[in-house]
Amino acid sequence: MSSQKPSSKTNSQVPTMDPFAGSELRVRGGPRLEESLVEMPGTDLRPDAEHGIGGPHAVPRETRPSRRSQEKTVPKINPVLGPDLDAQLSACGLKKSYQKGPVVIPVLRGVDLSVRQGEFLSIIGRSGSGKSTLLHLLATLDAPDEGEIYFEGQRIDNLGGLERDGLRNHRLGMIFQFYHLLPELTTLENVLAPLMIRCSVWGYIRHRRALHEKAKHLLQLVGLSHRLRHRPRELSGGEMQRAAIARALIGGPQVLLADEPTGNLDQASGREVLELLRRLNAEQNLTIVMVTHDLSIAQMADRSIELVQGRITSS
Amino acid sequence: MYKLLLSWRYLRTRYIALASIISVTLGVATMIVVNSVMSGFTTEMRNRIHGILSDLVLESRPMDGFPNAEWHMEEIRRVAGNQIAAMTPTVYVPAMLSFQVEGQTITRPVELIGIDPETQGDVSDFSRYLQHPANRTKFSFDLRPRGYDTKDHQASKDDQGSRNARKRDQMEFAGISRRMSFIDSQRMLAEIHASGNASSSPEVEAPTDPAATALQKPVDPFAAAPSLDESVGGPAGAEQNRNPYAQNTGLVMGIALGSFPRETGKTRHGLPEYEDVFMVLPGDDVKIMYPTAGMPPEVSSEVFTVVDFYESKMSEYDSSFVFVPIRKLQEMRGMIDPTTKVGMAYSIQIKLKPGADGNQVRDLLQKRFPQEFYVVSTWQDKQSALLAAVQMETAILNVLLFLIIAVAGFGILAIFFMIVVEKTRDIGILKSLGASGWGVMGIFLSYGLALGLLGSGVGMGFGLLIVAKINWIADTLGQITGKPVFDPEIYYFYKIPAIVDPWTVSWVVLGAVGIAVLASVMPAIRAARLHPVEALRYE
Repeated sequence: MSSQKPSSKTNSQVPTMDPFAGSELRVRGGPRLEESLVEMPGTDLRPDAEHGIGGPHAVPRETRPSRRSQEKTVPKINPVLGPDLDAQLSACGLKKSYQKGPVVIPVLRGVDLSVRQGEFLSIIGRSGSGKSTLLHLLATLDAPDEGEIYFEGQRIDNLGGLERDGLRNHRLGMIFQFYHLLPELTTLENVLAPLMIRCSVWGYIRHRRALHEKAKHLLQLVGLSHRLRHRPRELSGGEMQRAAIARALIGGPQVLLADEPTGNLDQASGREVLELLRRLNAEQNLTIVMVTHDLSIAQMADRSIELVQGRITSS
Repeated sequence: MYKLLLSWRYLRTRYIALASIISVTLGVATMIVVNSVMSGFTTEMRNRIHGILSDLVLESRPMDGFPNAEWHMEEIRRVAGNQIAAMTPTVYVPAMLSFQVEGQTITRPVELIGIDPETQGDVSDFSRYLQHPANRTKFSFDLRPRGYDTKDHQASKDDQGSRNARKRDQMEFAGISRRMSFIDSQRMLAEIHASGNASSSPEVEAPTDPAATALQKPVDPFAAAPSLDESVGGPAGAEQNRNPYAQNTGLVMGIALGSFPRETGKTRHGLPEYEDVFMVLPGDDVKIMYPTAGMPPEVSSEVFTVVDFYESKMSEYDSSFVFVPIRKLQEMRGMIDPTTKVGMAYSIQIKLKPGADGNQVRDLLQKRFPQEFYVVSTWQDKQSALLAAVQMETAILNVLLFLIIAVAGFGILAIFFMIVVEKTRDIGILKSLGASGWGVMGIFLSYGLALGLLGSGVGMGFGLLIVAKINWIADTLGQITGKPVFDPEIYYFYKIPAIVDPWTVSWVVLGAVGIAVLASVMPAIRAARLHPVEALRYE
């Protein structure tokens, strides 16, 4: 099963990914928000050109001294498919299994994957097929037993802990089936959480007003400007998922990883969330990898691949 | 930033954790109160003891003392003269004090101390604790005409009338006038006794005038004492020209030996008012029974006239010390060489100049005076057992109370583990957003720090409040329970002494905060090590 939509965008047409490209995200009467934030130490929300993968924690590619690190920067050739150097996010021969006592349960049995910039990819599969595990590996939340993952040509599956944290904070956005908002924080604070993680206390306090404006604009974008001070328990499922999307976008990610974003929503709310993702992909050229078990939802993506028993069967 | 925000939110929403720091709060408060009271008690006690004892004391090891105190003082000046401010010889002996109250004889064991009235005030705070203002300025064993304090001169105005600073209205009658009425009543008793013996008529009518009511009182055994008869101008013809009211040798006695507290029936500030009831007043005669210095010792007695009361506020001293002139005590005990007229002394009290090192002077003197015959000690050495006991008591209390805070630390540890389990998914969310393990650890360490600061801060405020109001609390508790919490009869302080030492408070607060943070380290490490995927899937 596969559905391939012809992509209307290519890398050459989209020089930089800018989630704030829309005029509605520009602070009125002032400089563009990301321009105003670029001077803030630790608060540069643009794609991290200076630090490379892993954000400020990572050592710049050009200055990496060790042989091990040098190995990281050179994508290994997949013996089957070969390297996909044009892909923004790619995986070669990913294997992952879990151990339950003496029993080893293989989840991924050699997955090869390639996602181009600005692409909306859906991964479809039945429960237990390894979709979420694959997404977690792509998000560096877990490490594969075998295989390699590359982000913009740089290997990321074997990065150090701090570099992985920086990558997730600066380059990747994640949304989950169960929203995963922090219950102690308001909607606005939940959206600001990635920036709070990124900034020092002093940096956050200094730029608090600008950061809040940015979060408010994103909440306005997802239609939650009236829910700023509400706690997650006071929001509906659809509102929580939209807040989660705003949270995933605030750090200026280059790839959005969505784990069954509509799995816990009614049909109408699910459609709203999908339309929002579709709009972000179309208008802001945001690369989206979405995991779902629903064929109708998967068909809304540019391209779908199916995962069966830990292997990609169609794309 | 998220660490502070989340720890602040956890602090506001997790009441179970707040419950865990109540024991931190109580532990800190208790430690501050105990340390303040013990510090106040120690300081007050040291001041009192130092006020009573001189800086240094040279004592005779043999029981019969050493001869020629003047020579000894010259030697001391020669050895360490540049550090010596004043000296005075003393003689002390255990004795019995007895006096009459409503015909009953009251006898107390006392420490009879012979002092030089000219120099005793130079080496200690002896004069400061006397009840006549003139004696406080220049002490004398002569009875003052009047003017003894009717209030506790050491207490503040607010404390007057309280249980710890009782009224002393009877002292208004102390002095020469008291002595005159004392002698008159003694003489009257003697005359009545004599006339009764002469007539021995059974038809004598019952007395109706006030003077005759004295008959109703039991016969005073002192009236028959030869020495007292002589002193009051008894039957001996040779004594007829002598002033019948002349005092015997003066004596200063501890105030607790001759008085007791009693409620007046009135109240002040809602609390019962107290007064001292004096069984003996300055002007009265008392009898001292003492052992002589010969071998074997014999019991002898002498009548003295009370000229003042000594009130150091140390019940141990105020209920045992009796001071008489050293020369008189030497005479009484046969401690004066009949040929040279030089007396023996038991000790020489030495006052050092400000800044002098007592231990150094002690060592110098000990070298000069053979240890076989002399003991030189500082005032701290003299009371080392008591001071060490108080110090040990403070240390043990601190250890025990700190264990309370340590137990509270285990409570925090348990509750933090619960919170980490409860927040497992949130930890996964934070990690998926890019929070590092150190960052997650920081949340719980900040939370522990916040709990520690809150618990210690509240405990510190609570403790300082208790210290500030400790006497009110003691009075109130005393009223509720019917028993005084702080019995001035035991301590003789006006109030519970409390001194807040900022360093001690700081250490207690820092220790409690440290324990709270330490208790949160293990749960924080556990949180930091949580696998993000497992944490996100946790239900």
